[in-house]
Amino acid sequence: MSALAEPTGAPAAWPNTYGDEAKPRMGFFTDTTVCIGCKACEVACKEWNLIPEDGLEWSGLSYDNTGELSANSWRHVAFVEQAKPLKLDGELATADGGPEPLRWLMESDVCKHCTHAGCLDACPTGSLFRTEFGTVVVQEDICNGCGYCVPACPFGVIDKRDLPRSPDDAPLALPLLGKKEDGRVWKCTLCYDRLKGGHEPACAKACPTDSIQFGELDELRGRAQKRLEKLEAEGWNGPRLYGEDPDDGVGGFGAFFLLLDEPEVYGLPPDPVVPTAQLPRLWRTTALAAAAVTVGIAAAFLGGRE
Amino acid sequence: MTYAHPNGNGSITAVGTTMESYYGKPIVKEPVWKAEIPWYLFMGGVAGAASVLHGLARVTGNHRLARSCLYIGAVADAVSPVLLISDLGRPERFLNMLRVFKVTSPMSVGSWILVASSGASNTAAALEGLGILRPVKWLAEAASFVTGPPLATYTGALLANTAIPVWSEARDELPWVFGASAAASAGAAATVFTPADAAGPARRAAIAGVAVELGLVQAMERKLGFVGEVYRQGEAGRYGRVSKLCTAAGAGLLALRGKRSRAAAVTGGALVLAGELALRWSVFKAGFQSARDPRYTVRPQKERLQKKGARR
Ligand code: SF4
Ligand code: SF4
Repeated sequence: MSALAEPTGAPAAWPNTYGDEAKPRMGFFTDTTVCIGCKACEVACKEWNLIPEDGLEWSGLSYDNTGELSANSWRHVAFVEQAKPLKLDGELATADGGPEPLRWLMESDVCKHCTHAGCLDACPTGSLFRTEFGTVVVQEDICNGCGYCVPACPFGVIDKRDLPRSPDDAPLALPLLGKKEDGRVWKCTLCYDRLKGGHEPACAKACPTDSIQFGELDELRGRAQKRLEKLEAEGWNGPRLYGEDPDDGVGGFGAFFLLLDEPEVYGLPPDPVVPTAQLPRLWRTTALAAAAVTVGIAAAFLGGRE
Repeated sequence: MTYAHPNGNGSITAVGTTMESYYGKPIVKEPVWKAEIPWYLFMGGVAGAASVLHGLARVTGNHRLARSCLYIGAVADAVSPVLLISDLGRPERFLNMLRVFKVTSPMSVGSWILVASSGASNTAAALEGLGILRPVKWLAEAASFVTGPPLATYTGALLANTAIPVWSEARDELPWVFGASAAASAGAAATVFTPADAAGPARRAAIAGVAVELGLVQAMERKLGFVGEVYRQGEAGRYGRVSKLCTAAGAGLLALRGKRSRAAAVTGGALVLAGELALRWSVFKAGFQSARDPRYTVRPQKERLQKKGARR
């Protein structure tokens, strides 16, 4: 790939913006096999980051009433009820004493803090940036709500917040064009403020089972590999790491997962690729098409004035 | 399976074992863009291609055509930023677009192209109207000629550089489709506002633009395969059919009677314009539709994985 294809570079090639102040790359390893679906992470995140309430509705979809990651949900616990045995040897968890093979998958989803982040590459204002911890954060005082990052994320994480403007908000410079909403985009910051103060993110702190593990990414990757080997040795049904591979389409996730089934079962894309990976080719196509517009219109002049 | 499940599907296997999704929920987010964006895609196309028509009319000495194209381009170029600003969540911060230049962001590159193009064409139009500062006007006209074509095609890159299946999978076609659509739009607009004895090049640009575009859209839908079916469904399908009908009828009318009948030229031009606007809406809506259904995200990615696996 050309330099353009790796706009933010492999970790080693990330622009050395921070010099001496650069920190080791921090991230999450979310081990879904020990998640009990308590949603302490969702609550802790809302509390710490002062995220507004966004509807109290019963979805009817297992215990999941959050539904998806959004501007107002930066952790989301997915609940999957499956007629599959937990272990390969067919030893079945039973419900109501019955012999049905049944397992309940729970996964706390979060922004992946991609190595090559579609949202960051797309942002035209520089509001989205790479922190000294290697995480991806929105600067809310710069975001103008263009919304380009929203479809640029392969995981559907980042989203625009639509909330009524409060009377305390600064008056709009262009009142006629003004919107009655917060108007900016929001997502997980990996608790940038807490990291700066030397604390772990609120969700990891709150997680009672250590399903959410926070630490230096390199160390987490090693830990996850060991955990995977243990589960495989114990004959679990379908364990796999998702997002730990630095050679995947987004250059590896800063927040990766241990799953028990295909990613799409949890609402995750099976082979995410940062859109920017194709951008050099796309720019060439665009330039060629632009030239063709000029040549084509010039040809229309050959037939004279009438 | 006998467990009753509260989701009403009757079976606890509703999710996971057979369906390839999480309760059928989308994986990528739908864009948050509103009606201003398809209108802008259309206006930006008009502005970009009108600059080219204008420049070439000027150098070939067709000043009547040049003048109408200059004004058409200037108006479209002036409306475009207003549409974009109006779509922002924080319109008062629109200048933040110009605090960086990022080649990784088609929106950043496009903002700069639009500023240059809009500034140039409006300067030229103002000076033409006032009849002053001719050397400055020529410079502005030249700048507008250079920035026009990229303005017409970058919007294809804007949409394709996303995770929206029906846009990103059409990355080889969208800039071409939008380029052809722009040429047709500007040609049609100029045909409406220019007497027939000077409008020949504009009319031919409109007709050829429509012909090329109809072919390109066909090719795009075919190549998209499974994902391309959204172009036959819902709003995208409706706008698409309107677009094909209007552009074909308009171009036909222009080809048959556009030279002799003023009424035919105006009607044909208006039909083409309506059809091109509908095309932008069709592409816009198709993006939303393809984001809404996780199958369009999952299936192509699974196929990609299988191919990768086979190669190993
Ligand atoms: S998961 Fe989405 S929002 Fe998070 S860093 Fe990656 S592209 Fe950005
Ligand atoms: S909505 Fe805000 S953060 Fe997202 S791309 Fe636009 S300016 Fe950047």
